[in-house]
Amino acid sequence: MGTANNSAPRGDHPPNAAKSLPRWMGHESSFSFSAHHRVIARQYFLLSLAAVLIGIVLSLLMRLHIVWPELRIPFFGQIKPEQYLAYMTMHGTLMVFFVLSVAPQNAFGNLVLPEQIGARAMAFPRLNMFSFWTTLLAFMVMVSALFVAGGGSMSGWTQYPPLSAITSAGSGQGRGTDLWIVSIAIFCVASLMSAVNFITTVLRGRVEGMSLMRMPLTVWSWFVTAMLTLLSFSVLLAAALLLFSDRHWGTSFYLPAGLVVNGAAVAGHSGGSPLLWQHLFWFFGHPEVYIAILPGMGVTSHMLSTFSRKPVYGYRGMVYSLLAIGVLGFMVWGHHMFVAGISPYAVLAFSTLTMVIAVPSSVKVINWLGTLRGGRIRFSVPLLFSVGFVSLFITGGLSGPILAQPAVDMYLHDTYFVVAHFHMIMGMAAVFAIFAATYFWFPLLFPDRMMNETLGRAHFWLTFIGAYATFMPMHFLGLAGNPRQYSQIAGSAKYLQKLLPVHMFITISAFVLAAAQFIFIYNLMHSAARGKFSGANPWEATTLEWEIDHGQKLTVHHDPYVFGPREDSRRDYTMQSEPPYTYKS
Amino acid sequence: MPKPAVLPPHTTHAEPKIGGRGPKPPASVGLGGDDWKNNPPGRRGPRERLKRFRVALGLVLISVFVLFIGLTSAYVVRQGGGTLDTTTGVFTRDWKPIAVPQILWLNTLLLLLSSATIEFARRQVFREPMVTEEWLGLGTPTRRASLPWLGLTLVLGFGFLVGQFVAWQQLNAQGIFMATNPSSSFFFILTGAHALHLLGGIIVLTWAALASVLSRPLESRQIATDCGAWYWHAMGVLWLYIFALLLFVK
Ligand code: HEM
Ligand SMILES: [Cu+2]
Repeated sequence: MGTANNSAPRGDHPPNAAKSLPRWMGHESSFSFSAHHRVIARQYFLLSLAAVLIGIVLSLLMRLHIVWPELRIPFFGQIKPEQYLAYMTMHGTLMVFFVLSVAPQNAFGNLVLPEQIGARAMAFPRLNMFSFWTTLLAFMVMVSALFVAGGGSMSGWTQYPPLSAITSAGSGQGRGTDLWIVSIAIFCVASLMSAVNFITTVLRGRVEGMSLMRMPLTVWSWFVTAMLTLLSFSVLLAAALLLFSDRHWGTSFYLPAGLVVNGAAVAGHSGGSPLLWQHLFWFFGHPEVYIAILPGMGVTSHMLSTFSRKPVYGYRGMVYSLLAIGVLGFMVWGHHMFVAGISPYAVLAFSTLTMVIAVPSSVKVINWLGTLRGGRIRFSVPLLFSVGFVSLFITGGLSGPILAQPAVDMYLHDTYFVVAHFHMIMGMAAVFAIFAATYFWFPLLFPDRMMNETLGRAHFWLTFIGAYATFMPMHFLGLAGNPRQYSQIAGSAKYLQKLLPVHMFITISAFVLAAAQFIFIYNLMHSAARGKFSGANPWEATTLEWEIDHGQKLTVHHDPYVFGPREDSRRDYTMQSEPPYTYKS
Repeated sequence: MPKPAVLPPHTTHAEPKIGGRGPKPPASVGLGGDDWKNNPPGRRGPRERLKRFRVALGLVLISVFVLFIGLTSAYVVRQGGGTLDTTTGVFTRDWKPIAVPQILWLNTLLLLLSSATIEFARRQVFREPMVTEEWLGLGTPTRRASLPWLGLTLVLGFGFLVGQFVAWQQLNAQGIFMATNPSSSFFFILTGAHALHLLGGIIVLTWAALASVLSRPLESRQIATDCGAWYWHAMGVLWLYIFALLLFVK
């Protein structure tokens, strides 16, 4: 029980260690087959860490190429334009799929969700393990594309046909694109399995008293994210199947007649439509960006409440806005296609619906600020990153409604303005939430250790400044007409020459931003081995993952965020499982 | 209804000053507040696992259906596809409907029959007198009662797959292949994807049959048979949907 929590003698195993696992669950080591949700969480975490490191290196190579196309990198040589495109695709794909769809949901969801609802284990531990290893397989297939002849796919993480459907369209469009499609198909299956597991766990695993409206907002966001995954990844799978068929079985789903690629006419295809791919892809793609950000929203609400020692402002509003965003997220895919040649009426509808999403999003922002207001704020590292999240979410969110104006988007589409928009709101904001979660739940991830605060602060400030310095100027590049997915700025395109100083600034900022991550990596490795001991509930949080599990009966008596002075102790918080107070009337 | 037994004697319990909607006794389901749900999972009552698997099955089915909805929307869009001759401004559609092989009717019949047989199998593993008998350790009657139906379903299921294969062969013999026409592409993609999913069902049902042969615990057999059966029904419904699409939306 909760009161025992503070005084319980700490036997010989640390409170947060994954308890000695039942035999069928395998070992505790991160590099073995295990069905324990904490071990799997750690595995997912390390997987996305590997992906983010590769992604960062690729992005730095891209930045170097943009400003110094002639540069010869030691041991590497010169980056060719087609390599730039391959790096861009791999960077985007790794970041979107293997970082932002893995770390927030699968790493931290697995780590915390089953414990926060008192289920103590995922509904299907073995399926969970299988999901992870399948994801790892997808990752290896994806990365292997960088090493095959011709290199990685060049058509961007959105893989627009016709170029993605024609194997002769470029060096990476043969084997590289095949590997991309196969990897994504495997990833889809893994994500679907994990979504089934998450939803079942939430629906069937909650303990007595943990009603839906008593679930921590993190759980709500993982729950809604899992539903989005379930409904969107199948569509991507269908789309990828048809793309594969066009490439290898001679069909014409996406390929129209009369294509000329690299000076040669493409024979044997007619009647297909590249727009069909765009519809299918973005029907998946827009929910996907919410899959990336919703867990971050939940984490942010959780942190802001815990560290301002106040209940979440407007808990119900948070839940309903989460659901509203989830539902609306399926109705706005067309805003990626304003200039693709869809009906003007459809454009109008998509534009309107997109702006409607700003409403629940604003509800969230206002509630975050309301949570902070008047709190006794503890400026810990997780709080800093959560406030950073809110900041980036607002900055990135403001360019959303701008891009949702079809007339404005005619100009801004496919410029750096879009790159700025999605890096702010999806890239950086979600990454900040991952950082907040890492610092916060570190004692669960690497049992009973805390990360170093001082290094954490340095990491935060450098990352925060680096993020703004890297991505803010991209807005101006976009307004100046700088197209995205272009490898050549310095060389051929004359009208872009005058933007070179801005690019130079961005490249330098990107290196600063990347360098700051070394602090994080160092802190991570150092703290995992030698960090300060955390004790049972280091942040004085209220939710069940900080409960010591003795395999006892567990009943929830309180809302998730009950902060406020108690008469019976000096504590200012009440854990969800603590015995109820009797009313003093 | 606070539970006095768990309150440490020295604490006074006051309403927190801010936050929360105050204490609320847990909603009890069982008698006298003795509820399974505060147990660790796995110890929450007789049908806990079965219910869990059923929920998961429903979710799996949702994702399967969404896959086919995605393919259907591509199907409908592609039907309007064609080539615009820019010199004359004439738009010619290229969708030429194919004649659906007659054997599909037979296959449909097989699949519907197998739905009936698997339902018999499913009911056998839950039949109360037999379950009680097994529970008392007096033999394994559900096994004997369900196995024949399971076997029959597997035979019919394989029959369906063979029938589908024959249908593909017949089309090929007529010179209709994957790339012949968008309608044939969709024919092969839809029937192929369905066949793959049915194969998944066959694997589950084989597992259910094996579980019987190997005398796995009754609960495991119930779950395998029950979920396998519902999945099988769903694949039947999915087939009817695909067949209707191929027959009527051409
Ligand atoms: C060190 C930080 C990062 C830098 C310097 C960076 C840089 C870049 C650059 C230069 C491009 C190519 C833009 C173009 O030519 O159109 C790009 C594309 C992209 N980036 Fe990043 N990026 C970073 C982090 C991230 C993160 C964290 C995400 C996660 C969402 C992300 C997601 C993407 C996506 C989705 C694309 C588009 C790829 C495509 O069009 O297929 N990036 N990034
Ligand atoms: Cu979108």
